[in-house]
Amino acid sequence: MTTSSSSKPTKQIHLAAHFPGVNNTTVWSDERSESQIAFSSFRHFAQNAERGKFDFLFLAEGLRLRETRGLIHDLDVVGRPNTLAILAALAGVTSNIGLVGTLSSTFNEPYELARQLATLDHLSRGRAGWNIVTTSDAFHGANFRRGKFLDLADRYSRAQEFFDVSSQLWDSWADDAIVADKQSGEFVRTSGLGLVDHHGPQFDVTGYATLPPSPQQHPVIVQAGDSPDGRDFATSSADVIFSRHADYEAGRAFYDDVKGRLDAVGRPRDSLKILPAATFILGDTQAEALERSREISRLQVSPQTAISFLEQVWNTDLSGYDVEGPLPEIDPVVTAEGGAKGRAHVHTDPVATANAWREQAAAEGWSIRELVISFAAKHTFVGTPTFVAETINRHVQEDASDGFVIVGNTNPTGLDEFVDRVIPELQERGVYRTDYDENATLHETLGLPPVPARSTSTVAGAALVSA
Amino acid sequence: MSRTPFHLGIALDGAGWHPAAWRLDAARPAALFDADYWVSLVVEAQSAGIDLVTIEDSLGLQTSGFGAVELRRDEVRGRLDALLLANTIAAQVPGIGIVPTVTTTHTEPFHTATGIQTLDHVSEGWAGWRVQVSARSHEAAHVGRRAIPALDPVAAAVGTDEEQSALIRQLFGEAADAIEVAHRLWDSWEDDAVIRDVATGRFIDRERLHYVDFEGESFSVKGPSIVPRSPQGQPVVYVLAHQQVPYELAVAQADIVGITPHSDEHLERILGELGDTELRVERRVNDPLRIWTEAVVLIEDTREKAAEALAALDELHRGTYASDAVILADTAENVAAQLLRWQQAGVTGVRLRPARLPLDLERITRGVVPVLDETGVLERPRDASTLRQRLGFAPATNRYATARPETAELIESANR
Repeated sequence: MTTSSSSKPTKQIHLAAHFPGVNNTTVWSDERSESQIAFSSFRHFAQNAERGKFDFLFLAEGLRLRETRGLIHDLDVVGRPNTLAILAALAGVTSNIGLVGTLSSTFNEPYELARQLATLDHLSRGRAGWNIVTTSDAFHGANFRRGKFLDLADRYSRAQEFFDVSSQLWDSWADDAIVADKQSGEFVRTSGLGLVDHHGPQFDVTGYATLPPSPQQHPVIVQAGDSPDGRDFATSSADVIFSRHADYEAGRAFYDDVKGRLDAVGRPRDSLKILPAATFILGDTQAEALERSREISRLQVSPQTAISFLEQVWNTDLSGYDVEGPLPEIDPVVTAEGGAKGRAHVHTDPVATANAWREQAAAEGWSIRELVISFAAKHTFVGTPTFVAETINRHVQEDASDGFVIVGNTNPTGLDEFVDRVIPELQERGVYRTDYDENATLHETLGLPPVPARSTSTVAGAALVSA
Repeated sequence: MSRTPFHLGIALDGAGWHPAAWRLDAARPAALFDADYWVSLVVEAQSAGIDLVTIEDSLGLQTSGFGAVELRRDEVRGRLDALLLANTIAAQVPGIGIVPTVTTTHTEPFHTATGIQTLDHVSEGWAGWRVQVSARSHEAAHVGRRAIPALDPVAAAVGTDEEQSALIRQLFGEAADAIEVAHRLWDSWEDDAVIRDVATGRFIDRERLHYVDFEGESFSVKGPSIVPRSPQGQPVVYVLAHQQVPYELAVAQADIVGITPHSDEHLERILGELGDTELRVERRVNDPLRIWTEAVVLIEDTREKAAEALAALDELHRGTYASDAVILADTAENVAAQLLRWQQAGVTGVRLRPARLPLDLERITRGVVPVLDETGVLERPRDASTLRQRLGFAPATNRYATARPETAELIESANR
């Protein structure tokens, strides 16, 4: 067997469908935009993605409505369902697509969440996935029992311990614990139930899980953090990385780094899939696609949205500025509190950001709105369906990714066109499935190795104890 | 004479409520963790015009009573999360109330409220919540946040043990707080909060979203909900109650209270206690409290055969099945007659617990329902588009919308 690139086998592309989010990417000022909460929207989105043979659909999580400068942010789509509840509902109207939800390790308890994920895996016959995220701020904590307690440094140690306890719970029943033999009267082989008895810095969990092993035993684990801690967690525990490095060069660097970490711990390279988030705009010609991209980016950055992005840095009222004109010359108001809450990116040095933006806008001849579009409404793949399919395939075959998490810009029809026009191009190239394998679990659809089989002889005496 | 409508709920749990029911020929014990099993049961109930189904749950393995976990090999052990199961069912079976059990003791009130609200969106207006308190010490050990001493239900009921009484009051106080948070979060978006105003760039009118600012002993919740207001506005809250403290919870916060009389005299006494409670406790819900009775039901062609079937189950289980609710082992006609007697005593509905699934569910839908139907007590708005409408509740008002000055003015001018 050789490792030279010329004989490298063709990789199969993996795709996820990101439900339209509550940020400016999702265009609502459009007649095709439907309810952000009606079940009909979720059903359409999921069934379309399943028509396109996507590996899984992906939902973000809402723990508190976003605020800007102390007020609920009103310029983007607001409102979404409870993540677990809507995934369970979608399990009832789909058959093959994976169902992956973002769920916080900070504002949940392992016993309950592990049980809910196992339930989702049973209900979907092996299609559950968990994007495990950490949250530390008091802003979100204001809606939860634990409030504002978590140090930044404890975020990943809590996530790791949360995951470890969850795994013990998922592994605690023997595969053959449920007997359900009407004649002998044995429903459950009690020696097949292991007692979980965990005591750690974050959690004390003692007791029996309530479910037999689900079809996947463990849900597919997705991880999205980019820090060294996040990459280490992914290397040890995740099946999929949801990355933000869709750019070819950055993608290759990230891919190389993460797959290198796998080599270091002896995990096979294909046991962790790297899927960057990507947007797309299609056209019959390259020129038409570029024109559509320009139009849609202006819908994604309304005049009010452009001002709002600036206000998050300037931390003062800029509503008097013309968005088609130059950036404000005044300096940002610096306070300890900062402006935006409930967003992933917070500007740590507003004055430096303002200076950099002003320089960039001046150099490019950009207005306020054009500047904001350049970072808030940039589209990853713009072109004909053939061009987009070829670009995606090149990224995958040349190890810039294993596929993509595709983000549409309208709810719920934003991926219809992708399924109609790009998916067939990928299928024609032999790099993407033309159908799901029958009864495949999400692990199998993603081409991941199964969770290691456990002994079927677990006994209550050999409890799963961890210190 | 127009009769008071009488409503029917079915309590789904495992292979039925008798612990040996899973061993019968018609039972499907190997399917208890499959969605299809539950969907087929709810389809059966829905097609017979049953108003709602509830789904049992707890945050731990099944036990009998309040004791420690028992790893019995001869009973059903293991259970799906009821809230998630309810959502899977609701996506597939329209037009029937779906009421999962969710405990208030160890869960996050924010997650519970948004989960039920999502169920209301998925079912397009047929969601409810069966509120449950967890007083079991082993469930507390699953979360590790606090220790709950072993509960002696007898001592707690008679109120002679100070510590036990205090524990009960604390747990039900927390449940009241959790319902209060849910009620506020469910109202925290006004119906018309989404405006999609292109001219001003605003998707919502944030004046129509409200912080709930709840502060209680066990938790505080800022709000608003992440979920926009749901079709019913306020999903239906069901509380099962056996004694004074839960009666108070039901009177203050529930839409329906389930009670468990074992005789006519017992029913009279419970109704009296509920009536006294209503005089003392402030009701925080607009509609009057509905009182439902609960019963375990086993139906055969004759009363003798029903008694034999129950005895055979008890023998399989090597013990007499005891329940907090009365066990009606009888013919469909006699079960219907008992329900009508309750109805005449002022009860407005019943939550029936089939002893054997799917057997006794089918005997309710095909035997009891037709008998009741002939009497006219099941007359109700068949075109109801939500569970609240089906049960005859008034449309839910929004506590925040009615507090808005312009809304108040509108109401006032309309009343002038």
